[in-house]
Amino acid sequence: MTTPMVKFENVTKRYGALTVLDSLNLEIAPDEKVAIIGPSGSGKTTVLRMLMTLERINDGIIYVDGEPLTHMPKNGRLVPADERYLRRVRGKIGMVFQHFNLFPHMSALRNCMEAPIHVLGLSRQEAEQRAAELLDMVGLSDKKHQYPSQLSGGQQQRVAIARALAMRPKVMLFDEVTSALDPELVGEVLNVIRKLGKEHNLTMLMVTHQMGFAKEFADRVCFFYGGQIVESGRPEEIFSAPKEERTRQFLSAVLEAS
Amino acid sequence: MFWDWNYVWEITPALLRASLVTIQATLLGFALAATLGLVLAIMRMSRTSWISVPTAGFVEFIRSTPVLIQIFFIFFVFPEFGIVLPAMTAGVIALGLHYGSYCSEVYRAGLENVPRGQWEAATALNLSPYITFRDIIIPQAIPPVVPALGNYLVALFKETPLLSAIAVLELMQTAKILGSQSFRYVEPITLVGGFFLVMSLVAAAFIRQVEAWLNRSLRNPGGER
Ligand SMILES: Nc1ncnc2c1ncn2[C@@H]1O[C@H](COP(=O)(O)OP(=O)(O)OP(=O)(O)O)[C@@H](O)[C@H]1O
Ligand SMILES: [Mg+2]
Repeated sequence: MTTPMVKFENVTKRYGALTVLDSLNLEIAPDEKVAIIGPSGSGKTTVLRMLMTLERINDGIIYVDGEPLTHMPKNGRLVPADERYLRRVRGKIGMVFQHFNLFPHMSALRNCMEAPIHVLGLSRQEAEQRAAELLDMVGLSDKKHQYPSQLSGGQQQRVAIARALAMRPKVMLFDEVTSALDPELVGEVLNVIRKLGKEHNLTMLMVTHQMGFAKEFADRVCFFYGGQIVESGRPEEIFSAPKEERTRQFLSAVLEAS
Repeated sequence: MFWDWNYVWEITPALLRASLVTIQATLLGFALAATLGLVLAIMRMSRTSWISVPTAGFVEFIRSTPVLIQIFFIFFVFPEFGIVLPAMTAGVIALGLHYGSYCSEVYRAGLENVPRGQWEAATALNLSPYITFRDIIIPQAIPPVVPALGNYLVALFKETPLLSAIAVLELMQTAKILGSQSFRYVEPITLVGGFFLVMSLVAAAFIRQVEAWLNRSLRNPGGER
């Protein structure tokens, strides 16, 4: 078996007395598309934020591409990673946020050039060319010079996807990337994600409430509840024949709501 | 006669020369205040407590002691430790330090108002802390606080007469000397007052220009089209 692209090993995350993730184990293969579903507060966002190194973990280890992410080797042991080590390893991961988080004082193009220039050391021309190609890929070649405030939510989110891709990550994280959008704009963003899945060798983790999309797009669905993976499997298994009572309850509640 | 125009023309050249000193002290003092303020604000926000706590203490200390005492301290007490400074330099440093600590609070408010999502996006893109501050955070934090910084520019300008206390030949000191030579104080003091009024209005207009310019140019940090 190939080394997993992402591996959580007994990962625990606490906020004060609240244990948000309890000894989580999860392996994701290269190029695999995993959908994370579950009720509010079950720890879905936390999983992505830990992978993006936006949150420290309290226990366990996360590996990415065979290399420890949260820890670094020192004198033959693994110790918690410092800032410098994190800067080296987190380049493998890109993230798209629910609220886009574009840089409001930069054009769409510049948003996609900033990190390639300053982190990857690309020249302006190279960075601009890469940014233009990616904006073209997400269908925004005519909006390159617009500022975020001049774009619709769906367009902003597509810029955010292009911006993350410009860093050529191996793993892409999507946290409810359509839930801040007006319903008629959801489709254009999902189409971009579909295209990404087909055309790029990307490992993708997405937290989503779009069950239809999860079913069609994901190779595997993980159902989170109370900081644990209660059930995981192929989408047709989870959606048509869930084994766990909690999964059934959650899915019927979601179906009723939509 | 209560007001003597001939005397006014006689003292105008000297007062104009002195006004250059006042303007110079203001601009140098404020340049120091604006730079130091930003550094102090960033240090105070540091997650390392041995940086943030002493910085906060320093800022509070400077803000709660009178600027005149700070001027005297730098001019008269520093030499005891072997640091002898010309009056103008000592004055500029004292004003810069004092207003720098005020400016740092203004910057801090601006920095704290940048949404957390901006920091997180910068981390997700693996930008270094330096680039994150320079290109992402500061361009968003500063334009909203320019009016508040401008108020401190005007306040600092109006405090420059304090430098007469250590005999810097700025406007106030010059007016006092002229007055004591001719025993006429009405004209020099009135002229100095008028000058401060006009310059404060000019400064306010200038600050509005800076604000507009910042809003335009910081929108476009790469200088791209
Ligand atoms: N910074 C924080 N401090 C304290 N508690 C937090 C913090 N961030 C998250 N939590 C708590 O951790 C738990 C899991 O949060 P998380 O955001 O991962 O849930 P989620 O599954 O993404 O929920 P949702 O569907 O509402 O986005 C929640 O109970 C939340 O209140
Ligand atoms: Mg969430």
